[in-house]
Amino acid sequence: MIAIIDYGVGNLFSLKSSFAYIGEEAIVTGDRKKIAECDRIILPGVGAFGDAANKLRAAELDQVVIQESKKGKPLLGICLGMQLLFDKGLEYGEHAGLGLIPGAVVPMRGVVPAEYKVPHIGWNALYFPEDKPRSALYKNVREGDHVYFVHSYYADRCDPWVSAVTEYGTKITASAENGNVFGTQFHPEKSGAVGLKILKAFCEV
Amino acid sequence: MITKRIIPCLDVRDGRVVKGVNFLDVNDVSSPITLAKYYSENGADELVFYDITASFEGRQLFTNILTEVASQIFIPLTVGGGINTVDDFDRVLKCGADKVSVNSGAIRDPGLIPAAAKKYGDQCVVLSVDVRRVDGKFTVFAKGGRENTGIDALEWIRQGVENGAGEIVLNSIDTDGVKEGFDLEMLAAVCDIVDVPVIASGGAGCIEDFTRLFTQVPKVDAGLAASIFHFGEVSIHDLKEKLLGDGINVRL
Repeated sequence: MIAIIDYGVGNLFSLKSSFAYIGEEAIVTGDRKKIAECDRIILPGVGAFGDAANKLRAAELDQVVIQESKKGKPLLGICLGMQLLFDKGLEYGEHAGLGLIPGAVVPMRGVVPAEYKVPHIGWNALYFPEDKPRSALYKNVREGDHVYFVHSYYADRCDPWVSAVTEYGTKITASAENGNVFGTQFHPEKSGAVGLKILKAFCEV
Repeated sequence: MITKRIIPCLDVRDGRVVKGVNFLDVNDVSSPITLAKYYSENGADELVFYDITASFEGRQLFTNILTEVASQIFIPLTVGGGINTVDDFDRVLKCGADKVSVNSGAIRDPGLIPAAAKKYGDQCVVLSVDVRRVDGKFTVFAKGGRENTGIDALEWIRQGVENGAGEIVLNSIDTDGVKEGFDLEMLAAVCDIVDVPVIASGGAGCIEDFTRLFTQVPKVDAGLAASIFHFGEVSIHDLKEKLLGDGINVRL
């Protein structure tokens, strides 16, 4: 059973539906006990880093995410949920993240060339680092496959943990991982057949 | 590099797709679910659903259908039609929409865009504008293009983006239905003044219209069309193959 963590941030309908579609049982819950009972965890999120981090803490769900991932339970953060896995976020001030993957989340504006629109919205291609083995998430996905992004900030200073990048005037972290902790900046639940393969692969990690 | 998006648009009334379609390989030609599935499996990058129902019952039916579509189709879904309040945003987002498109609702209530953007984020708010030239000036029309508001379109769009609209759908009434190509002049004027994605709508009649769109107005992010896809005149897959051949980056 997969726990999709509900802490009042974002729309979880598609995420829940996508697991149902690939034949995986998932529940949307903000109950610490239920989360601990599940064997995989999804940390979703849209909105601003600080606001989401505060909501996660206010619901006392940050600790359960950290504890369960430390036990080796597969954890997947999506979009803002991915960004929260890092040490800190620099969106409207500096905010502490969960510290499960080393790195910082920084604005794209000023990093990508001025003629590129921010937010980065749309379908973009995945490229895998040559110096690392292919991530387990991408076992059924090809390099160059497109996934759907919607974001204005991205994970930086995390090179050793980057499992895929995308090209947007410069290299942008598309996903990162640290052992059993995975994060995708893109939305697999909105990335068509490729996205469903990535979610399925996470269920088989 | 980010790809140019191709977006089919489905007008839904009382739970059925209006005008229907005539694909040989789709049986139920007016089922929104069948069609949405067909498009998503055949290269559509995103789907737009317009609810053109007037009745309460029709609206209920629309949200039921949206829920069903969103539970089977995993590409971005934009919903428009009858969006007048933040509660309307809430209603369609709960059914699985990713973005909500406002048009006349934003003209009636200038507070709608800022309120929705604050609650759901800019990326969720799409400003759809019907524009026609009046005495050589781009002018906003309301109520499906029937009513001249007298509002300057470029100023309206600039203000909409400032208020939190994260994307613009620009529908040129002058080229809509004529099938002689998108309104490149109008699109270029809008792309010059905003830095959010601009979606071209109105006028697509053949594959070459999309090539011209993306080469002559390179800042345009997406092309939206209805009848040329529904009637099988252009298949999205063929269109994308051709665009790729012309050096335009698309997702195949």
